[in-house]
Amino acid sequence: MSDLAVKPIDEVTPQVSGPPKAADALEARLAALDLPRDGFAVAARVDALARLRAMGLPAPRDEYWRYTDPRPFNAPEAQALPIVGGPESPLFAARDTLTLVFVDGVFDAAASDDPALDGVEITSLADAGAGHWAEDLYGTLEAAGQSPVRRPFAVLNTAAARDGLLIRVTGTPSKPVHVLHRRGTDAADAVWHHVIRVEAGAELTLLESGTIGARSNGVIEADLAPGAKLHHIAAKRANDPKVGLSHLFARVLDEASLKSFTLAVNGRQMRHEAVIDMVGDDAVAHVAAAVMGDGHVGPFHHDDTVFITHAGLRGESRQVFKKVLRNGATGVFQGKILVKQGAQKTDGYQISQALLLDEASQFLAKPELEIYADDVKCSHGSTTGAIDDEALFYLRSRGVPRDRAIVFLVLSFLADALAEVEDESLRDEINERLDAWLTDQPLN
Amino acid sequence: MLNINNLHVKLEDEDKAILKGLTLEVPAGEVHAIMGPNGSGKSTLSYVLSGRDGYVVTEGEATLDGASLLDMDPEVRAAAGLFLAFQYPVEIPGVGNMTFLRTAVNAQRKARGEAELTAGEFLKVVRAKAADLQISPDMLKRPVNVGFSGGEKKRNEILQMAMLEPRMCIMDETDSGLDVDAMRLVADGVNALRSPDRSFLVITHYQRLLDHIKPDVVHILSNGRIIKSGGPELALEVEENGYGDLLAEAG
Repeated sequence: MSDLAVKPIDEVTPQVSGPPKAADALEARLAALDLPRDGFAVAARVDALARLRAMGLPAPRDEYWRYTDPRPFNAPEAQALPIVGGPESPLFAARDTLTLVFVDGVFDAAASDDPALDGVEITSLADAGAGHWAEDLYGTLEAAGQSPVRRPFAVLNTAAARDGLLIRVTGTPSKPVHVLHRRGTDAADAVWHHVIRVEAGAELTLLESGTIGARSNGVIEADLAPGAKLHHIAAKRANDPKVGLSHLFARVLDEASLKSFTLAVNGRQMRHEAVIDMVGDDAVAHVAAAVMGDGHVGPFHHDDTVFITHAGLRGESRQVFKKVLRNGATGVFQGKILVKQGAQKTDGYQISQALLLDEASQFLAKPELEIYADDVKCSHGSTTGAIDDEALFYLRSRGVPRDRAIVFLVLSFLADALAEVEDESLRDEINERLDAWLTDQPLN
Repeated sequence: MLNINNLHVKLEDEDKAILKGLTLEVPAGEVHAIMGPNGSGKSTLSYVLSGRDGYVVTEGEATLDGASLLDMDPEVRAAAGLFLAFQYPVEIPGVGNMTFLRTAVNAQRKARGEAELTAGEFLKVVRAKAADLQISPDMLKRPVNVGFSGGEKKRNEILQMAMLEPRMCIMDETDSGLDVDAMRLVADGVNALRSPDRSFLVITHYQRLLDHIKPDVVHILSNGRIIKSGGPELALEVEENGYGDLLAEAG
């Protein structure tokens, strides 16, 4: 068994190579967490803690954190950020879904549906004991995703997460699994870790909505067997001030398909990382986001960091990121396609675009391609622009008021990202909600 | 209906005068055509009347039914009954043609204090009018002008005109890019809209469109002014002899 199971955290010998100050900061961060010391996946947690001590927390000078300040994530305590605005029905709430409620990152069985559903086995991480099937997977995709770039907060998550879902998909469930987040306290520091294993030929739609903690750190590890399909759509409540980190680590085998879409409207500081390893032949991975940030609602900084590795033949990957920014909002995109030697016939596509509604906002983009195969098709593009005056005039000349015309043009700009939501009714619901949010907060 | 008096317009970005004292009256129920060589100010006239940014009116006025147009926002002009059929209709991905059209119709109705059309009422009307213009239900569902051929875009403009029922229609080179059949379809759509209380200002390079949409008056625009007005025979004269004689005559 691990040292952790028997020793308090301050007695575990730190293995730190960095300067003492950084090590102190990490220890302070760890001390504020209630690290699990036994039960499910304890070996993976011990390993994660050792890895974290070896790499340390990120510093603002780190290349991978050049555009996003890691300090709000480094601080031992979360800052209290009260919810703004009145009650709002979460997205997907009206649908027939298997709804699983998390309060501040902790599964609330009493508020949730009975997790029994044909084609899928679901256990909460807190309820899973040693020997659960997910122990073999927990932390492994995260650990594999640490090279060539370190992602310390994901390691921290593996060490510290006390709850999450362990989902094994064996068939095609009749309805989506819907993770509905609720915030319990204003200073909630929510940490959760989902492990999803989609077996050969099985298919799952995973929805996420609701209000997450003032600070959050969520990890999803998704393992897709040959022919498996996972549709992931995350659309949290708009306008909530929050400091959030999320990581999606996925391994995609032969003919498997992963499609992940994120919607974000206002907030404070968020960073979403997707690390996808397309190991199998004919694998498909699409990652997309539609983001809107208005500095008047509150400070806004939104970072999408994507790393897609093509290792198999004929893989198809798409990254489609669209950000609408105004009043001093900042959008960041760091996206990479790595095509390994032998990954012939790869089709990689990446586009990141910002619509800046004023001169105070900014978009920072770092698109990267690294290709070691000689028969591939890879393209990337990044643009930053303003509202098209010609289109605005066209709409207004038909009698559409200016505010409404701008809403149309914003929705038009985001359409390519929304098109990555395969299910038409889900896409329509997201589009309608976006429209309602935009209409409530005119962007003129 | 439309009165333009001594209109002087320059570009906002450069000190270049485009319209230099243009005077024109289009009474209710009439169709007037404007022809003129490239650079004479035809498109500028259509944009200034409909309220596009980028132009500065330095002198003169333009009124629709007595109300001054030039201080109104474009959407207010539209609600007042002005419509511009674009030479190059704009593509708007991600916004459904029907959604756009219904928003426009209801925004105008609301601005005029009229009851908005329900989805059902709107659908019924739009389907009938689309059928007249041979616009398929699929085109109605598609994003505004996206993937439309040149002819489809122009027919879509006429559909918008038919749905919005403007009092004053300005058509900016609606015939450009149209084959003979498409031109006939567009002209039929326009002719169906002709009525005693609706007027048209048809801007065109070619007489051919005027075979289909018979004008009451033809104006020749050159260097920012109307240099000659006459009946439909004036368009035929231009078609035969070009603008040279008319320009020389005007000095």
